[in-house]
Amino acid sequence: MKRPHRRTAVRLAAVCVLMLGFSYALVPLYDALCDLTGLSGSTSNLTQATPAAPEVETAAERQVTLQFVANVNHSMPWDIRPDQFEMKVRPGHTYQTVFHAHNRTARPMTGQAVPSVAPQMAAPHLIKQECFCFTSQPLDAGESVEMPLIFKVSERLPETIGTLTLSYTFFDVSQTSGTQSG
Amino acid sequence: MSEIAAAHDDHHDYHPSGLWRWVTTTNHKDIGTLYLWLAMIMFFIGGAMALVIRTELFSPGLQFVDPQFFNSMTTLHALVMIFGVVMPAFTGLANWQIPLMVGATDMALPRLNNWSFWILPFAFAMLLSTMFMDGGGPAGGWTLYPPLTLQTGNALPFVIFSIHFMGMSSIMGAINIIATIVNMRAPGMHMMKMPLFVWTWLITAFLLIAVMPVLAGGVTMLLTDKFFGTSFFNAAGGGDPVMFQHIFWFFGHPEVYILILPSFGVVSSILPTFSRKPLFGYSSMVYATASIAFLSFVVWAHHMFTVGMPLAGELFFMFATMLIAVPTGVKVFNWVATMWRGSMTFETPMLFAIGFIIMFTIGGFSGLMLAIVPADFQYHDSYFVVAHFHYVLVPGSIFAIMAAVYYWLPKWTGNHYPERLGKWHFWLSTIFVNLTFFPMHFVGLAGMPRRIPDYALQFADYNMLASIGAFGFGFAQLLFLYIVVVTIRGGEKATDQVWEGAEGLEWTLPSPPPYHSFTTPPVVR
Ligand code: HEM
Ligand SMILES: [Cu+2]
Repeated sequence: MKRPHRRTAVRLAAVCVLMLGFSYALVPLYDALCDLTGLSGSTSNLTQATPAAPEVETAAERQVTLQFVANVNHSMPWDIRPDQFEMKVRPGHTYQTVFHAHNRTARPMTGQAVPSVAPQMAAPHLIKQECFCFTSQPLDAGESVEMPLIFKVSERLPETIGTLTLSYTFFDVSQTSGTQSG
Repeated sequence: MSEIAAAHDDHHDYHPSGLWRWVTTTNHKDIGTLYLWLAMIMFFIGGAMALVIRTELFSPGLQFVDPQFFNSMTTLHALVMIFGVVMPAFTGLANWQIPLMVGATDMALPRLNNWSFWILPFAFAMLLSTMFMDGGGPAGGWTLYPPLTLQTGNALPFVIFSIHFMGMSSIMGAINIIATIVNMRAPGMHMMKMPLFVWTWLITAFLLIAVMPVLAGGVTMLLTDKFFGTSFFNAAGGGDPVMFQHIFWFFGHPEVYILILPSFGVVSSILPTFSRKPLFGYSSMVYATASIAFLSFVVWAHHMFTVGMPLAGELFFMFATMLIAVPTGVKVFNWVATMWRGSMTFETPMLFAIGFIIMFTIGGFSGLMLAIVPADFQYHDSYFVVAHFHYVLVPGSIFAIMAAVYYWLPKWTGNHYPERLGKWHFWLSTIFVNLTFFPMHFVGLAGMPRRIPDYALQFADYNMLASIGAFGFGFAQLLFLYIVVVTIRGGEKATDQVWEGAEGLEWTLPSPPPYHSFTTPPVVR
């Protein structure tokens, strides 16, 4: 190979390696961007210091509707449902509810709930103080459990939003969390 | 040849014959020919898949193939046409033409060149073999979105490895092209004297080097998510499937320019010849191409307007996308101005080039419609998108490739192609391509989703027209194959200049050019 050609080729190959690295770097970059902007429907929780919302009594005690949805990914053999499908809540107050989970199979499994809030703009204003989605949930064969959720809706929720939907999807993580499965 | 002479002469005059010659060749003309034939074969394979799709869609209801197979046809058709036809055809043209156009003896890295080509037949054999595997071929769309794609059966790792191979081949080809252009130009051939085909390929090669590794990274993440327990795109493990779309389209949008920039170069070479005027606005053409390439890195999310981006993001990507229309408009203007008051003649390459300009522009306009965020919420994932990208790719890229073949075939073979048949090929292709893809705009706007084997009754008439068009277009291409074969075999002898108005180094060589051309570099003034 002639020298100038070799030099050009080596440099260009280096760019390729760099771009391959960049494709992996996109992963943390993407997460950082989402965290920074609070986008992509990720919800807040108290571990992320939320600015202490002024607990002033808002005029005329505003009420919003919170809807709960729960389902499973693929055909994960669990039954999941919220105890209440809907609650009327006042921004700034703390509430509690539960979700029910039941493992229909004859083997122990582990599930992981992933939350999502609609509309997106409401996502940073739904503050979860205690949530079963913070950890994975093991269930023995045929076992049922009640899973608590303690939350409040921030008073900074934009005036235009009257209804929020909090949806949970359960994923089967038995394989990755070490519980035997199958 | 005596041993001493052989050792003395290096391997220059060593011509093995038969198949072995093609396997071991490092000659840019041979490799160009190989690439072009591979593209031709894949064109008919991909075309056959398209006809399976159009047969099923001829009328509403499920009648010929099962939906899973239908979906694997749409997926494989796209992969074959993009990676197996348009990209190899352009690389083949580059191999033949770039050394001839810049006055070099060969490509800079001839052995690498041999490898770049010979990886491809294996990659495509692997890709196509997935059709016969348990669980069928890949059926989640060429965009490979998880989680759907992760449900592919045994085929998935084979698809991913074949994409790795195609990527390596493209990258090696691109490195070779850049090294050739940068280091091997004849004395006096400054950058701003290079033919536009060379310029557009130089820029395309940089795009390839920048984005093929990103695709490789993205599909590798799919692979590890499926088999090694990573969670890049798995929500349960803290990943996000939407992230795949960002990675994919960071590759994907520059990729669509990889599929079109060399055609700009082809058209910019052909128009001046048959208008008998120099290209209008040469330097603005170069700058327009470069700015299209730069902008192509900041518009990717126009493929994802509906995933739920913040308003600011949607606006940014909308305006950035529309900005690309400006340099594209400059190009179209320059082409029209080149023809303006020229003494034009309409040989087949010119017909294809003019067809390209008109129909590519139609595709550009539908692209602009798709770039409007609120409108795209309706158009996204509908047949309107299918109409858009087929207008830019079929009467766009494919027509440009055909124009190039008609334009340079007499140079490559020394024979003129049969002009009458060439014109027939052009008119049949043009009529049928529009019959196929124009109705897709209407059914798309009316709400017909893409990638489905069955559809509501109100779309029946237009789909039937599209299917008729597709068969017509497919059979018209057999004429192209026939023309290429008879031209290689014989025909009216071409002069060195071939076309009355042709200018450039390649036309100073005999037709066909000797196996090793420009062994003493020409001097460009
Ligand atoms: C004026 C220039 C262009 C504009 C403004 C434009 C805009 C767009 C937009 C907004 C979409 C996404 C539509 C959707 O999914 O809802 C799209 C899709 C697409 N465009 Fe373009 N485009 C342009 C030129 C091109 C060119 C030159 C090519 C290739 C040669 C191309 C190939 C594609 C392809 C393949 C898709 C569909 C990808 C898929 O989802 O499978 N476009 N275009
Ligand atoms: Cu795009």
